[in-house]
Amino acid sequence: MRREVRLAIDIGGTFTDLAVETGHGPDRTTTTAKTLTTHDAPERGVIEGIAGLLRRAGIETSDVTMMIYGTTLATNLLIERKGARTALITTQGFRDTLEIRNESRYEQYDLDIDLPEPLVPRWLRLPVAERTNVHGEVLVPLNEGDLLGTVDLLRSAEVESLAIGFLHSYINGSHEQRARDLLAPLLPDVEISLSSEVSPEMREYERISTTCANAYVQPLIGQHLTRLESELHRTGLRCPLFLMLSGGGITTLDTARRFPVRLVESGPAGGAIYASYIAQQLGLERVVSYDMGGTTAKLCLINDGTPHTSRNFEVARIYRFMKGSGLPLRIPVIEMVEIGAGGGSIAHVDALGRIAVGPESAGSDPGPACYDQGGTRPTVTDADTLLGYIDPDNFAGGSMKLDRSRAEAAMSDALGSPLGLDTIGAALGVFEMVDENMSNAARVHSIESGEVIADRTLIAFGGAAPLHAARLAEKLGIDRVVVPPGAGVGSALGFLRAPVAYEVTRSFRQRLSDLDAESCNRLLDEMRVEARSVVEPGAAGRQLVESRLAYMRYVGQGHEVGVELPIRIEAPRIDDSSPGALGKAFQAEYDRLYERSIPDLDVEILSWVVVLGTEIDLAEQYLPNIESEGPADPVGTRLITESGTGRSVEVPVYEREGLEVNQSVPGPAIVVETNTATVISSRYAADVHPNGHLILRAQDLTEDGAPS
Amino acid sequence: MTHPTEASVALVQIRRHVMWNRIIAVVEEQAQTLVRTAFSTSVREAGDLAAAVFDRDGRMIAQSVTGTPGHINSLAAAVVHFVDAHPIETMEPGDVFITNDPWLTSGHQHDLTLTTPVFHKDQVVALVANTCHVVDIGGRGFTPDGRQVYEEGLNIPILHLFHRGEANATLFDIVRMNVRESSQVIGDIYSFAAANDVAAQRLIAMMVEFDVDDIDDLADFVIDSSRRATLDRIRQLPEGVFRNELTMDGYDQPVTLMAALTVSEDGIHVDYGGTSPASSHGINVVLNYTKAYTSYGIKAVVAPDIPNNHGSLEPFTFSAPEGCILNAQRPFAVAARHIIGHLLPDTIFGCLAQIIDGGVQAESSASLWNIQLRSGTSVSTSSDYEGQIPEFEMIHFNSGGTGARPAKDGLSATGFPSGVKGVPVEATESVVPVVFWRKELRSDSGGAGRTRGGLGQIIELSGAGGAPFDVLAMFERVDNAPKGREGGRSGATGTVALGSGTQLRSKGQQPVPPHETLVLGLPGGGGFGSPLERPPLLVAEDIRDGRVSIDAARIDYGVVIDETGRPDESATAELRRSMST
Repeated sequence: MRREVRLAIDIGGTFTDLAVETGHGPDRTTTTAKTLTTHDAPERGVIEGIAGLLRRAGIETSDVTMMIYGTTLATNLLIERKGARTALITTQGFRDTLEIRNESRYEQYDLDIDLPEPLVPRWLRLPVAERTNVHGEVLVPLNEGDLLGTVDLLRSAEVESLAIGFLHSYINGSHEQRARDLLAPLLPDVEISLSSEVSPEMREYERISTTCANAYVQPLIGQHLTRLESELHRTGLRCPLFLMLSGGGITTLDTARRFPVRLVESGPAGGAIYASYIAQQLGLERVVSYDMGGTTAKLCLINDGTPHTSRNFEVARIYRFMKGSGLPLRIPVIEMVEIGAGGGSIAHVDALGRIAVGPESAGSDPGPACYDQGGTRPTVTDADTLLGYIDPDNFAGGSMKLDRSRAEAAMSDALGSPLGLDTIGAALGVFEMVDENMSNAARVHSIESGEVIADRTLIAFGGAAPLHAARLAEKLGIDRVVVPPGAGVGSALGFLRAPVAYEVTRSFRQRLSDLDAESCNRLLDEMRVEARSVVEPGAAGRQLVESRLAYMRYVGQGHEVGVELPIRIEAPRIDDSSPGALGKAFQAEYDRLYERSIPDLDVEILSWVVVLGTEIDLAEQYLPNIESEGPADPVGTRLITESGTGRSVEVPVYEREGLEVNQSVPGPAIVVETNTATVISSRYAADVHPNGHLILRAQDLTEDGAPS
Repeated sequence: MTHPTEASVALVQIRRHVMWNRIIAVVEEQAQTLVRTAFSTSVREAGDLAAAVFDRDGRMIAQSVTGTPGHINSLAAAVVHFVDAHPIETMEPGDVFITNDPWLTSGHQHDLTLTTPVFHKDQVVALVANTCHVVDIGGRGFTPDGRQVYEEGLNIPILHLFHRGEANATLFDIVRMNVRESSQVIGDIYSFAAANDVAAQRLIAMMVEFDVDDIDDLADFVIDSSRRATLDRIRQLPEGVFRNELTMDGYDQPVTLMAALTVSEDGIHVDYGGTSPASSHGINVVLNYTKAYTSYGIKAVVAPDIPNNHGSLEPFTFSAPEGCILNAQRPFAVAARHIIGHLLPDTIFGCLAQIIDGGVQAESSASLWNIQLRSGTSVSTSSDYEGQIPEFEMIHFNSGGTGARPAKDGLSATGFPSGVKGVPVEATESVVPVVFWRKELRSDSGGAGRTRGGLGQIIELSGAGGAPFDVLAMFERVDNAPKGREGGRSGATGTVALGSGTQLRSKGQQPVPPHETLVLGLPGGGGFGSPLERPPLLVAEDIRDGRVSIDAARIDYGVVIDETGRPDESATAELRRSMST
């Protein structure tokens, strides 16, 4: 059998990460690389990066059997408003859906807020007489004269992409399809996105916003993917190319071209998939992944090796990452909470004399004060340096020398003097506050998701995460932290683990007391056929697994709870016994989330989800226990300030590369590696897992570091 | 290096900051639980709620970010009444208290307030509370038509909702028999209690983590530093008395709101002497609600970034003559008190505009345009309609435009000062048999100015299949437009009519006959600064986008557009010259 060689490429804002992998399980070999993203022509950086990586790994281009690609291009087009000139054709009387939004101000007390600018300006939002009602019945037929009347404007305005979104099209998309059939021949160079295909769900603002975003990024994403494909071919890479999706699955080039909005935030999704894989590998049932970089931190809840997913996402937030300040997208996403808390986040004293951190970031230019590149405001990295967590002489593998005195001056000017704290006290305040912000966001996020955060294992990756993970875990009441090796390219590694998968969602309202089993089954069958048509071409005959969810609530409530359809047979059917089983499953889930379930109320299903994907390769799973073979040898000592206690203590320093499997590192200690350092506070001790993970466990836990 | 005492001083200070942040997160969890589990659209879709934590004296320490000012600031004043009625030492674990008395809480009986004591080590360490709007409370329902509060449904005095964990079955039975949509209302009450439970658990977890047995010191610290920070802001303002007057439509006769705002080094006092007497219909405001929206208006201008709590609200004091529409007494009717209450920030902005550098935003549409519909065979005469008349009660939240800001246009179709959100048309149509035919921005409704007022909306709807229904109208600014500031023009007034053209009254229950539509024109915000100073390119953009007509551009802005849609510079300059003389 031909050897499998998988190649992953993640284009980020600053770096393009690459990973190539051969073999399975314990025999797996992974090689990774990082190159600068070439913004003018991203394909170029990719091609050069691949060439270097394959050379290092000793692999020929013709040996590569599969490529998985993720990019921030779609996200960036939306944030920077650099997409195609897009028009919207919509139901007469509703041309302002994008602008009316939900009529709210996302921040109550700031009288000067801006609202997110719609992707389609008002003059290109074109109303057409037609109307379908909530049951899918046509009240007003599509006025084809109105429709054809838009063509002149669409041409003269040089519209490159067109969204079509009519009311209630999620239940009957025939007017949208007819409009496309009529317009497509007249506008051969214009891409057309239908809301009934891109996001067939109730709620017009979210659906039409999603459709417009799809249209807005479609032409440029399409061109980019075409160029990429031909460049790859030219270099001899002719294996199938898959795209990473926001929902955590991978899909074919063709599907990505049709629904490019599903590529948004695929990089962070890769990170969450990586953490999920580690969770599976270590047999951890309840996990929170924690990715902290220069500008933001992202946290994701992972249960039973599966990251939390959602169908609501907001892209391009314009105000302190605040909910409501961005564009809503209703697509399957891996649900994450993003906080303006990174190494570059700037600290200041607020009006109440409190230390506040972020979301403003010094970025990489000018960067933290200690970079000595002109930054004068104190950042989280400056605090980490002053507290002794970062070695100023050995930052980023020694490629950059940090100036401690700059950090001291910035900390003292902005915080120390106004608050009467010495620089260490101020740095401690910054460290505590940024970790508190992250822990608060994590807690609120977990309640919004109906989950508990304590009792989870934290999996930390990204440059700044290992520095803050132990303290964050203390604040969240978390006893175990995993710092995987090579976490700097976590997203690309995640791509390698992602299943070929696709999620189909439909709105179809049913009361349990009056369930139309036949229609439910017909709908589920249709959804299954659609998912299969997307997944099968990429699955290469691998076994597929299907999961089905019903989103349910008490009649009269507004928010649904996702309940796995409690049917586990080969061809799942809804039948007479289903309402009882579904009701029970819902009550159980509701109880778990909110503790007070409500007696004697009817329950309804709002929408249905079918997820079809390839099975995770279980051969790759192995769970050796750690048998502690005694403490490792430190390479030196360093004076640090402990965040929990504020004491300054001399701690041993270890080199991660020098650590042997099954050795242990009692806290307090610091483990340094090329791109980051792991701070082990006195609450924790670390063990080295055979897979290279550092596993921190609270000292009051058993010596057996292997998870139960 | 630092020595231990300095480090410990720093740590104490940082710990207090951290706990303060934590408590704000605790109340946000409480609010999110409300949104996730509530039944009434007003809570779950519109966010018509408040959640907060109080110390043992009933002083508010923190409130959720999610919520609406009318509830938040009146909840701040409400909890002390629970403590008066049930002293802390008599409270027991598992107790939950409830009331909806308008004069103790947020001004109408649709709002339920639940307070739960938090026990830690057998002591009450704090109280958690929330105020939320339920879908119905009996009586006439959500309408301004009542003449006395007794017509407006069930009044629940301060009672145990749960006693030592045991539900008050008598109270639940009474509620069940006195409200429309009783299963939703009962479900809501459970949800509100659950949200308090979540907040209590999180608060206790914080106390365990930080190893504290009470939060009294923390409360003092939060309240003292917030008071100090607010006073610092107030002391940057010139002292003096600043007056403003606003005339509103009222139920059947105009209502004048008179404010005298006094800035002194001790705080800001607002007196509403001279304000119209209470109305004979349900648009009256209790003092708690008057305080809530007045303090919101002041705070948004003077100290927007200071967290809301007892300390930051303390420097704001209020008085209004007993019996005036802003301090109505029992038994005056109060159900639609938001109509008047939402105008208070505009009233206050008129005072503050006299002393704030750079100015304050112009007047807004302000009062929510809630579409409250009632349908059924007992409501409409069925002989005029060939089909079956459906039974339903519906509320749909909508907003006009906000006033232009000194440097930015106003916001179109955006709630202000209310924090509630709109509901999607598709979601409403899935619950009640109505069809919306239009919901779009209303051209030329934004007040002209250097910065333009936000646009209102046009909303048109009918019963599905042309069925008749009643509208419980409670619409403001139909006779009195939102005014501009510093030379800015007024926004458009609102309109209430049938599709056939017949005008309807802006207040009160009225029929919409079979095969008719209800057409509402929501007001636009006022403009700021002279319209002749608005850059012609921006006016041209507004024309292209259909926000401003070519005629209005010429008449209001003095801008002439050429055939390509660009401003005709010389014609514009000449027209503007002639207009400014």
